[in-house]
Amino acid sequence: MGVIGKSMVEPNKVIKREREIPTVPVNLDVIGEKLISFLEKESFQIFDALISVEADMVTINIDKEKLVETAIYLKSTGELQFDYLSCITVVDYIASDNNYEIVYHLISLTHQFKMAIKCILTEENMTIPTLYDVWRSADWFERESHDLFGVFFQGHPNLSPLLLYEGFEGFPGRKSFPFHDYEEW
Amino acid sequence: MKSGDIFNMEVQQIHNDDAIDLMINMGPQHPSTHGVFRLVIWVDGEKIVKAEPHIGYLHRGSEKICESEYYNQVITLFDRMDYVSNLNNELAFSLAVEKMMSLDVPERAQYIRVILCELNRIASHMLFYGVYGLDAGATTPMLYGFRERERIQELFESVTGARLMHNYIRIGGLKQDVGPDFKSKVLKVTEDLKRGIEECDVLLSKNEMFLVRTKGIGIINAADAVNYGVSGPSLRASGIAYDVRVNDPYSIYDRFDFSIPVGSNGDCWDRYYVRIEEMKQSLRIIEQALRDMPDGEISTPIKGMVRPPKGEVFIRTESPRGDLSVFLVSDGSDKPYRVKVRAPSFANLQALEIMLRDTYLADAVLVLGSIDIIMGEVDR
Repeated sequence: MGVIGKSMVEPNKVIKREREIPTVPVNLDVIGEKLISFLEKESFQIFDALISVEADMVTINIDKEKLVETAIYLKSTGELQFDYLSCITVVDYIASDNNYEIVYHLISLTHQFKMAIKCILTEENMTIPTLYDVWRSADWFERESHDLFGVFFQGHPNLSPLLLYEGFEGFPGRKSFPFHDYEEW
Repeated sequence: MKSGDIFNMEVQQIHNDDAIDLMINMGPQHPSTHGVFRLVIWVDGEKIVKAEPHIGYLHRGSEKICESEYYNQVITLFDRMDYVSNLNNELAFSLAVEKMMSLDVPERAQYIRVILCELNRIASHMLFYGVYGLDAGATTPMLYGFRERERIQELFESVTGARLMHNYIRIGGLKQDVGPDFKSKVLKVTEDLKRGIEECDVLLSKNEMFLVRTKGIGIINAADAVNYGVSGPSLRASGIAYDVRVNDPYSIYDRFDFSIPVGSNGDCWDRYYVRIEEMKQSLRIIEQALRDMPDGEISTPIKGMVRPPKGEVFIRTESPRGDLSVFLVSDGSDKPYRVKVRAPSFANLQALEIMLRDTYLADAVLVLGSIDIIMGEVDR
């Protein structure tokens, strides 16, 4: 006997459809192809770089131990001349890959090349050599990454807080940092 | 530096020789710092020995907030980063998402974007012009600069509905079409601006007092400028003809015929004059864009939420202050995974310490003013 008034119909089952996530299509221009053909030459192979393309950006993944020598090579080689460090970004992939990725975007003002260098950082070892001596513009970008993500740049002359005030606890850039529930003062 | 001595002067020896350098603190609340910016200067007599910029007083965590907003909402945050060239900032983010989604923006929208962005560039440079005159001790340029800026602001109000914080450039196009009198309005404004820029130029640029205050001061050479990551008018003043609109064209900038004004000495006057010349070039772009602007759609409809595919995109644009780049990482959801803004003022401000070296204390304000910083963008 059913209870009067209560609907006997089963509640609608929520069927969660697995959405297939597409990826950004690769769309490399002529300048990018010229760059990639140069990087695939032998002289660059000593750095064990993994060359790939993200959208229209030539990207190399390297070991962080080889970061400085790669940077010096890219800056000083006449055919490349990456004289302009545009940006340093840290991306938090703790949830999916259990690591952080640090991305350096380089521009060559003479040859119009652009490329990205990527290094992997683990939570246990957030140390990476500084590029302060290669490109001076790395200074504040590294300090910012130190502030917000707790990346330690070995050899940087002054890693004092840049965007945050002194004595701020935690790393607000990380995904694990609470967005609302923290006491500021 | 200990905390608590912000408002005091401190005598401190930073060299091994006998001279004692005086530490002077400028800011964070100071009318000539263009926002909340603190500069610590060590002087030997009247000469600056060392300068140390301190930023972060306006840090709102915009990049972090972006991660919890929908893509369309992020545009409003970009408005508030560089609050005197809002449309250029909106454009940078929209372009990044469009590139990710491989969206084709209708021709008409592209042209309207370029016209508005170039007008915004002129408005931003006009603000610089006025404020820089004020920094140098001349009050009149401010009135002229703001008069010209007001014309553009009024046009923006009629087109976008807001004087600042327009939120007009959207992903895939524009918020709404412009009115039927848009062309005539812009023509009227550009006519007035042409006269206005000429007036401003005559009023200040070749003024003898102004020349004495700015020529040969705050010099940064080309090699240093590149090494320090300086971009935009400040880089071009050092003699490097690099403009993202020309060298790595985005949107439809490759269709227009305009030149890049370049300085030679990299001093304050060059940085100032490059901007004056840039305004004239912007007018040329607007003229060509108005001539070629087609009719048609103003937005590509997007079905449902904006969900870019998984991946990352780095887009470079030329904002009035320099190379404004956006690094956008998407995980396929309706909110960005990571947004990084490469703010031009942020990188330009790093070079301040080298520009200030061996200048006189009285010129510190002029050197700072010549980089044209916006603290909302520096701290984000």
